[in-house]
Amino acid sequence: MTDLTRLTAAETAAAVASREVSAVEVAQAHLDRIAAVDDRVHAFLHVDAEGALAQAARVDAGELTGPLAGVPLALKDVLCTEGVPTTAGSRILEGWRPPYDATVTARLRAAGVVVLGKTNMDEFAMGSSTEHSAYGPTHNPWDLDRIPGGSGGGSAAAVAAYEAPLAIGTDTGGSIRQPSAVTGTVGVKPTYGGVSRYGLIAFSSSLDQAGPVARTVLDAALLHEAIGGHDPRDSTSIAAPVPPVVEAARQADVRGLRVGVVRELTGDGYEPGVQARFDEAVQALVELGATVTAVSCPHFVHALPAYYLIAPSEASSNLARFDAVRYGLRVGDDGERGLEEVMALTRAQGFGPEVKRRIVLGTYALSSGYYDAYYGQAQKVRTLITRDFTAAFAEADVLVSPTTPGVAFPLGAKLSDPLAMYRQDLATIPSNLYGGPAMSVPAGLSDGLPVGLQVMAPVQRDDLLYRVGAALEAARPFAPTPLQWETA
Amino acid sequence: MSQITRDEVAHLARLARLALADDELDGLAQQLDVILDAVAAIGQVTDAADVPPTTHAVPVENVTRPDVVTPSLPRDVVLAGAPEAEQDRFRVPRILDEEA
Amino acid sequence: MTAYEQALAEFAPVLGLETHVELGTASKMFCGCATTFGAEPNTQVCPVCLGLPGALPVVNEKAVESTIRIGLALHCTIATWCRFARKNYFYPDMPKNFQTSQYDEPLCVDGHLDVEVDGEVVRVEIERVHLEEDTGKTLHVGGATGRITGASHSLVDYNRAGIPLVEIVTRPVAGTGVRAAAVAKAYVTELRDLLRGLDVSDVRMEQGSMRCDVNTSLHRAGEPWGTRTETKNVNSLRSVERAVRSEVERQAEVLRRGERVVQETRHFSEATGATSPGRVKDDAADYRYFPEPDLVPVAPDPAWVAALRAALPAPPSVRRKQLVAQLGLSDLDAQAMVNAGVLDVVLATVEAGAPAAEARNWWLGALAQRANETGVEPAELPVTPAQVARVVALVAEGTLNAGLARQVLDGVLAGEGEPDDVVAARGLAVVSDTGALGEAVDAALAAHPDVADKVRGGKVQAVGALVGAVMRATRGQADAATVRALLLERLGVEG
Ligand SMILES: [Mg+2]
Ligand SMILES: [Zn+2]
Repeated sequence: MTDLTRLTAAETAAAVASREVSAVEVAQAHLDRIAAVDDRVHAFLHVDAEGALAQAARVDAGELTGPLAGVPLALKDVLCTEGVPTTAGSRILEGWRPPYDATVTARLRAAGVVVLGKTNMDEFAMGSSTEHSAYGPTHNPWDLDRIPGGSGGGSAAAVAAYEAPLAIGTDTGGSIRQPSAVTGTVGVKPTYGGVSRYGLIAFSSSLDQAGPVARTVLDAALLHEAIGGHDPRDSTSIAAPVPPVVEAARQADVRGLRVGVVRELTGDGYEPGVQARFDEAVQALVELGATVTAVSCPHFVHALPAYYLIAPSEASSNLARFDAVRYGLRVGDDGERGLEEVMALTRAQGFGPEVKRRIVLGTYALSSGYYDAYYGQAQKVRTLITRDFTAAFAEADVLVSPTTPGVAFPLGAKLSDPLAMYRQDLATIPSNLYGGPAMSVPAGLSDGLPVGLQVMAPVQRDDLLYRVGAALEAARPFAPTPLQWETA
Repeated sequence: MSQITRDEVAHLARLARLALADDELDGLAQQLDVILDAVAAIGQVTDAADVPPTTHAVPVENVTRPDVVTPSLPRDVVLAGAPEAEQDRFRVPRILDEEA
Repeated sequence: MTAYEQALAEFAPVLGLETHVELGTASKMFCGCATTFGAEPNTQVCPVCLGLPGALPVVNEKAVESTIRIGLALHCTIATWCRFARKNYFYPDMPKNFQTSQYDEPLCVDGHLDVEVDGEVVRVEIERVHLEEDTGKTLHVGGATGRITGASHSLVDYNRAGIPLVEIVTRPVAGTGVRAAAVAKAYVTELRDLLRGLDVSDVRMEQGSMRCDVNTSLHRAGEPWGTRTETKNVNSLRSVERAVRSEVERQAEVLRRGERVVQETRHFSEATGATSPGRVKDDAADYRYFPEPDLVPVAPDPAWVAALRAALPAPPSVRRKQLVAQLGLSDLDAQAMVNAGVLDVVLATVEAGAPAAEARNWWLGALAQRANETGVEPAELPVTPAQVARVVALVAEGTLNAGLARQVLDGVLAGEGEPDDVVAARGLAVVSDTGALGEAVDAALAAHPDVADKVRGGKVQAVGALVGAVMRATRGQADAATVRALLLERLGVEG
């Protein structure tokens, strides 16, 4: 019998729909897989076996149908799930069970998707290695001694390790794409406003966006379509239909497409192996009928500092609500201490070092006397970056770059050097600042580790990502995760 | 040149309600100095001078909801997540602050 | 000369008023929770107004409309494009630890409100009218007075959190001289009447749906303006006046001693009529305002604003003149009502269907007395003109007599609900059913045979004592005329 965990989401859905296999069997196979390997991968913070099997049974009973009915999924622990623990990777929310579902969660449930559990992440999505989780790091299924990327390392690792065919990540500065690049998966940050943020625990409200993680481009498109679309509960949600991403993934056609290589996102600072795979992938696109030009986005070099002012500023305000009053952790309430002290102790002990670093940085950037020089200036630079995108999209339909400067690095390698960690997101941050969609798609291996190619498209042209990604996938089939540690 | 002093970090920590230990303050002051050095470069982007700031990635305006009442949460659910509750309210330690 | 007059003979006052008004929308500012006053604690809350992780706000369109109408009625310029901002500070009654408010881009700016004091018109300039959200309510437990000082812990109810709040800020009001306190009171009164006329809020200061902060400073003529204090907690019209008076007297004392007025927040005590120091305004208080990223800009369509402007009701001063004319009130009558602060409520009671004379009698009589007893203005009593009109109607239809009507209004004032609810709950309807009264009449005759004999003997006026006995026995619910007729009939005497 086929190993159900090796099927794609599309294959699984078809098998369930035709009753070749039951959704409960599929769910059980993945729960077994998690039981077998997750002690080593640590992709999950919480496995909801009971909820998953109940949902699968509803699919089998014909109550829930659709293109992804019966397909298991791993949900990043930053999206609220009613009655199911949601921590955002933080001690401060340990044991919290939200009284409501995020819109993404609700749409997945309605679509018959089977949520297996909640995945590990850098605390409040702040990080690029998942080492900033309060609950211990996730390990890269390609090499357990290496990072799976972050913040959504748990989601990417779950997919790469065949614990789930699909996962949801969130991307504020690259937290879907960078983990996908280093785990050999497909990850998409949709257009800002394309997927509802309601129930997504905010890191940086003007940048956060949830999106799909999958092993194939078509699977990502199916998931994108299931979670996308207008939500009246999110004021920043775009009131327009989801771009035709599934159709684009099926077409997989780049003939005549103008592909722009962003000069500022290649060369210096990128590992030779990464650069080589990227160049080969671009050559493959040419062979598939795309035209390639070099474009310049001069302000992209300022994207990193702009991001590290805007995101911490918004975070410092968003994270103020964790105050030991209405939910979550409370520390030091001995009957003697006043509220202010209890709040400050709770926050000091409930937040990890990276979160505290960013809260203080953001508090500084917003404070009177510094606002104009830091937060205000960063928002202006954001405008310049957007103008760079607009100019580049006059010359090219999509832009491409390596997703990350390097392959997965060893656990602990950059933990003591925040700036080195921040530089992981050099290439992914511009799309967040601009708001346009971007994808990381596997581009081959360097020293046996995955390399990702990033595709960026104009706002609301998410479909273009899927055309490029699917064409590349078809032309250059990528190695499945070797999982050497399983047989060793 | 040092961008930020330990005292400034202590003030920011107070504003942000973070009871940081002395060694944490020292470490943070050093790290923020390095980070601020890196991000301060943004001040040199001179062509940003006459540019309007972008606060929202995708320009949308006038998103409102009609003034219609929708169900609230049941109170037991509301209070279930609270660290402490009393008389159907959230209980907090005494507020030493002056009246606001 | 009073101490207050003395102070203002010596120093010139500058006032500033910041008024917060809870809008009367059905749902909250950013979520669909109800706004009903007095609901059980924490029953009108949801993920949004509790600030749960992940929840997002969506603007109530009626709140925006009401704010624009207020701005228009105050002759403001309405912004063509503006944003909400986050005001960041920690306080347990604020679920997100930031207040969603407006900062440098308010919905309405640069207006004015003309108020009349001693027959003279004073123009109060409005700096801004902006929209924000209210906070929850904190109960302090264990302290002697229910105040924060000395409390062992506090309890928070978030029902009020997220109710739309409009903040109306004046520019500094200078040159009022000795009329400072009267101008402050007249401004708040006129603003309240204007808001009531717009039907955007129930403007109940005693319930907190309208709250006032009064800024006061003094300076010597020809010198720069003095340091101001901000008096919070001013929750009745009378208190607005008293707070200004007490702060003027206090600051004058300080200045005469050659000391400096400290810039601070002060609290007004209804009990003592004086202010006491609160927080010293912390110059380091840093709200770190920035545009609220979870909300998109508000850009009111000029055509919509024009339509709202065209549909505004006449301002209170004009409406008053119209109604006074319609009702044929004499100038003297109208002036008496103005002086008693009841003209608007009398007119509103008439608009709700009561005859002018009845409305006037209630507000200048029984209600004025109740107001005096509780130290508030009649218009601030927790009874609406519509409720008074209903009581008048119940009397007219014979359900109530004058004594019962007063009891019904007392019930309404005590928060027992609408007049009909009080009638039902207290069982107050007039008993005119002769069968039911018969027993009481017989009992009275049996209990007072001497009086009965007097009446039979021709002293008809003595029947009053018997009527009184029956009324007492029926707790005032009998109709006195019916009782008298019944008694005379039993005694075989012609009335
Ligand atoms: Mg305010
Ligand atoms: Zn609510």
